[in-house]
Amino acid sequence: MLRLALKMLFGDRAKYAMLVCGLSFCALLMSQQTSVFCGLLLWTTATVRNIRVPIWVADSKVEQVNEVVPMREVEVQRVRSVVGVEWAVPLFWNILQARLPDGTFQGVQLTGLDSASLVGRPAKMREGRIEDLRLPNAVIVDQVALEKFRKRGISLKVGAVFEINDKEARVVGICETERSFLGQPYVFTTYSRALEYAPLQRKLLSFILVQPKAGVPVPELLRRISALSGLRAFSSDQVAWDTLVWYVRNTGIPISFGTVVLLGIVVGIAIAGQTFYLFVHENMRYLAALKAMGASFGVLAQMVVLQAFTVGFIGYGLGVGLAALFGNAVLQKGQPPFYMPWQILAFTGVVIVFICLLSALVGLIKIARTEAAMVFK
Amino acid sequence: MSAPPVPDFAVKTAGLGKTYSNGDSVVHALKSVDFEARCGELLMIVGPSGCGKTTLLSVICGTLHYNAGAVTVFGQDLSKLSQGKLTAFRGKNVGFVFQQFNLIPTWTALENVTVPMLLNGSSRSEAEKAAAALLKEVGIGEKLQALPTQLSGGQQQRVAIARALVHEPRLLICDEPTAALDAASGRRVLELLKERACRPDRCVIVVTHDSRIFSFADRIAEMEDGHIKAVHGPDACQSLYV
Repeated sequence: MLRLALKMLFGDRAKYAMLVCGLSFCALLMSQQTSVFCGLLLWTTATVRNIRVPIWVADSKVEQVNEVVPMREVEVQRVRSVVGVEWAVPLFWNILQARLPDGTFQGVQLTGLDSASLVGRPAKMREGRIEDLRLPNAVIVDQVALEKFRKRGISLKVGAVFEINDKEARVVGICETERSFLGQPYVFTTYSRALEYAPLQRKLLSFILVQPKAGVPVPELLRRISALSGLRAFSSDQVAWDTLVWYVRNTGIPISFGTVVLLGIVVGIAIAGQTFYLFVHENMRYLAALKAMGASFGVLAQMVVLQAFTVGFIGYGLGVGLAALFGNAVLQKGQPPFYMPWQILAFTGVVIVFICLLSALVGLIKIARTEAAMVFK
Repeated sequence: MSAPPVPDFAVKTAGLGKTYSNGDSVVHALKSVDFEARCGELLMIVGPSGCGKTTLLSVICGTLHYNAGAVTVFGQDLSKLSQGKLTAFRGKNVGFVFQQFNLIPTWTALENVTVPMLLNGSSRSEAEKAAAALLKEVGIGEKLQALPTQLSGGQQQRVAIARALVHEPRLLICDEPTAALDAASGRRVLELLKERACRPDRCVIVVTHDSRIFSFADRIAEMEDGHIKAVHGPDACQSLYV
């Protein structure tokens, strides 16, 4: 009977297509939008992954990695004095305006690394050597800078020159970084030179990057640093997580994406539920005939549930597949952001199962309420 | 071992009553109906529209609950069966031929005919073998894979008859089986029913308005206003034909 139930479903091509389209659209909207949302959130923590150190120390008011409350440089020494710290180095990070050769301006994320150790250096160099950062006025730019400059007709190569705060910045290398939420390119230089580029302020230290001694537990060291310096110490995971939470709580991004996802679910329920109801309604005479011929409610329920889940399975596959194709295309371009972990697939699957159950339930209620005798009317 | 004895009556009702509520008013569709259908006969139930023919048919075959009296089908009191057992009893013992055929349009003739056997637990191959043989017997062996829409009305009703008979039911219920057919097709359907369904251990009950087929009946029960007005024997059946 189950084979025949599927034949019944596939035979009604118009409703079958409508059901699959509705569920595919719902699955596509949910998985694509949540993937873009996750990708966007992932971008907010790009600096953590680009710098790659186990412990971040910042002013006690700092809540996330894209927020800077400058500290005095003496804080580096205080952190170095904490028992269990292998090393501690300063990091300058801020958004400054770069003046391009054509006179236009471009915001950049200026990242000043400790010149001795170059801790926080980019993971991958496309051109040039990281050590060349120690040369006069040297900066290393990332691939985003190449794109941004190219859009303005400027070909950025090793040896090119632009200005930051009226001071020369000479490109000595090109690196690859993870694109950040803020959208501006990363420009790496040494800490001391970054202070020259930065506008004059009493305090200029953005973060202190710390490596624990071997065998020292990170949570214990975080506690010690906070207690001794009064600063806020994060593990890299914690600062990333706090950043995600901050963006969720303080921006309209979740509401914006959540609304689209909710609309997808509502549209899915409306299309699938209504079409499936119509499908059952139009087949009611035949289902009543089967009931009269001895089909129990259990058999009819199995048939209806199989039909609902078959369109659900196909719709889910198509929707998620299309979202993955979209993701594949945009990941090659670099934007918009896209990150599809298995949890998104599971979430979409659960919602589709819910819609299928709801649709089947609507049909089953109608079947249960129908007397087999209707077949004689 | 000898075969189990065939009961005298296939269907027996006593004081059968059925009422429908319609808002404040109550409609008495069946009023204390005493009725018998014997094994081996083709019984027709006739009467004007709204007299309760279809309600009686629905109650007899266990698809509609009744309010008063008793219904016994091959010795089984239907009121003593739970809903599940009643469905199973119907599946095993009752075959249906409907006015509008009710063949599932997306299934082939063969698949439509296999349904009662599949519902009774037969395997697909077993059901298809029996269905193909029966479809050949009713004269449409070459149309096994045709969809109902590819068949004429007469051919569709033959498929419906094959579906009603494939699981060897003891009671065959036919609701206006010729209403959607022309005269010649209607006669051929009744000939087929007479030939294939009328056996000593079976009973065929036909509800009809079609006076052209009265001559096929062994007996005719006339209904009027929710009760049996008269039952005509074989001799009178011919004279009722107009």
